[in-house]
Amino acid sequence: MVDNTPTLWYEFKKGLWQDIPPFRLVLGTCPTLAVTNSVINGVAMGLATLFVLICSNLIVSAIRKYVASQVRIALYVVIIALFVTLADMFLAAMFPPISKALGPYVPLIVVNCILLGRAEGFAQKNPVMPSLMDALGIGIGFTLSLAVMGGIREMLGFGSFVNFKLLGEWFEPWIVMILPAGAFLVFGGLVALVNYISHRKTAAGTNP
Amino acid sequence: MTDKTTENTETKAASAAGPKAEKLIVSSSPHFLNTESVPKIMHTVVMALFPAVAASVYFFGFRALLLVLVCVASCMLSEYWMQKIRKKPVTVYDGSAIITGMLLALTLPPSFPVFGAFLGSFFAIVVGKQLFGGLGFNIFNPALLGRAFMQATYPVLITTWTSPRTVGHAVDAVSAATPLALMKFEGKLTPLMDLFVGNVAGSMGETSVIAILLGGLYLRYKGYINWKLPLGYLGSMAVVGGAFWLADPARYPSPLFHLFAGGAMLGAWFMVTDMVTSPVTPLGQWIFVVLGGAMAVIIRLLGGLPEGVMYSILFMNAFVPLLNKHTRPKVFGEIKTEQS
Repeated sequence: MVDNTPTLWYEFKKGLWQDIPPFRLVLGTCPTLAVTNSVINGVAMGLATLFVLICSNLIVSAIRKYVASQVRIALYVVIIALFVTLADMFLAAMFPPISKALGPYVPLIVVNCILLGRAEGFAQKNPVMPSLMDALGIGIGFTLSLAVMGGIREMLGFGSFVNFKLLGEWFEPWIVMILPAGAFLVFGGLVALVNYISHRKTAAGTNP
Repeated sequence: MTDKTTENTETKAASAAGPKAEKLIVSSSPHFLNTESVPKIMHTVVMALFPAVAASVYFFGFRALLLVLVCVASCMLSEYWMQKIRKKPVTVYDGSAIITGMLLALTLPPSFPVFGAFLGSFFAIVVGKQLFGGLGFNIFNPALLGRAFMQATYPVLITTWTSPRTVGHAVDAVSAATPLALMKFEGKLTPLMDLFVGNVAGSMGETSVIAILLGGLYLRYKGYINWKLPLGYLGSMAVVGGAFWLADPARYPSPLFHLFAGGAMLGAWFMVTDMVTSPVTPLGQWIFVVLGGAMAVIIRLLGGLPEGVMYSILFMNAFVPLLNKHTRPKVFGEIKTEQS
């Protein structure tokens, strides 16, 4: 870190581009690949993760001084699992179709490396406010990433956007895009694009 | 890759280093001089593909020619575009993109939409070739990768076949099943003579065995392909297919049917022999073709798809680096050392 006391705004902002989870940290790729065959599924997954991330970051940060380091991982997993269960039950009760579409991937948020990564890498070392901003930034960045993935795949795979028929009858849907292979193709393309843009940015920053 | 197959290079090297060689030239390998160049080889392959293209136009009308032209033009454009972006020398005219386009077109059904042909060509060149680093660095055969992408993208369109001599001749193209699909799903066998001449439904270029054989033998005559690869692949298909046939002749087709139907000939003569994506060591080549041919027949007879040539070649392509590494012949004078 360049600045010894990064601002809260910085903690929020870094999740949106600099540390955007699936593309820069390459964390949480399992849901990124598995549930992004439509925008709605992607956003629902992202919001569920955002909720769990905020709660777990807050609690981990609040109790950070009272946790024996030998048992911290187990404790974090229990905390995360609590909120994942809440999110899972909430989705199942309020939005059954989405819950059905996401299938086992909501319970699997427990093992999403973003959550443990933020708890271990950030929340346990920082006060509550920065941890909250970190969770917001990373969670929103994750949600946006899934929305972009879902947008591209839904557009090419179904010819629609948020279930709204965007492309006309002439468009022959690319079946591959809603299959796992399409997820890998889009993911690879987006990682390359994000790297390309940030390389350009750093090059422009260092050699004005 | 300008190298020809290992066997040929060895004989060339031996003749070059005959009694006349007096000067001691110390250089890194390869130690042979060869007047061959990439454009020369590639243009010969283009020539060799002409009979298959001509047959496809004869059987499927000018729609086939249109698809070939679209694929070739899209491949060349994609190559030009990618090389400009990557700031590499533009080698569109070396002919390798033309071959990719022709091969891809020959694996498509004649009624395939033009946009799909463009998309497949684009994918073949950009993802299949240029993203790996261009000619000589690609792991998979670009044309087959483009075709595999099309298979996943338009699974219905790419299996919509028309019977020969109807496209462009009749008002409506008559849809028909390929000999392999007839065999697999309805248990009907197509006469071998029709398969040999090419008067059957199927991908544009893979129907006519005789046209492909002409091109393949021409390439063999010019010394650009190693006989091991096509014959080993076809032989393996015949042996494995024959084993099934002997076990249950009522249920499984004869080995000749396997050789003449579907993409076996096109794959064996033009795709297995791709210099970039086939092994260079003799043992590696044998493993490559024997496993590839066996897998093609097994996919055909036991798998879910009627045709297995494409996936068998792509699958074996993935093993080529491994095969090259582990089947390296012993260097003369090499002392065997214990692997740590």
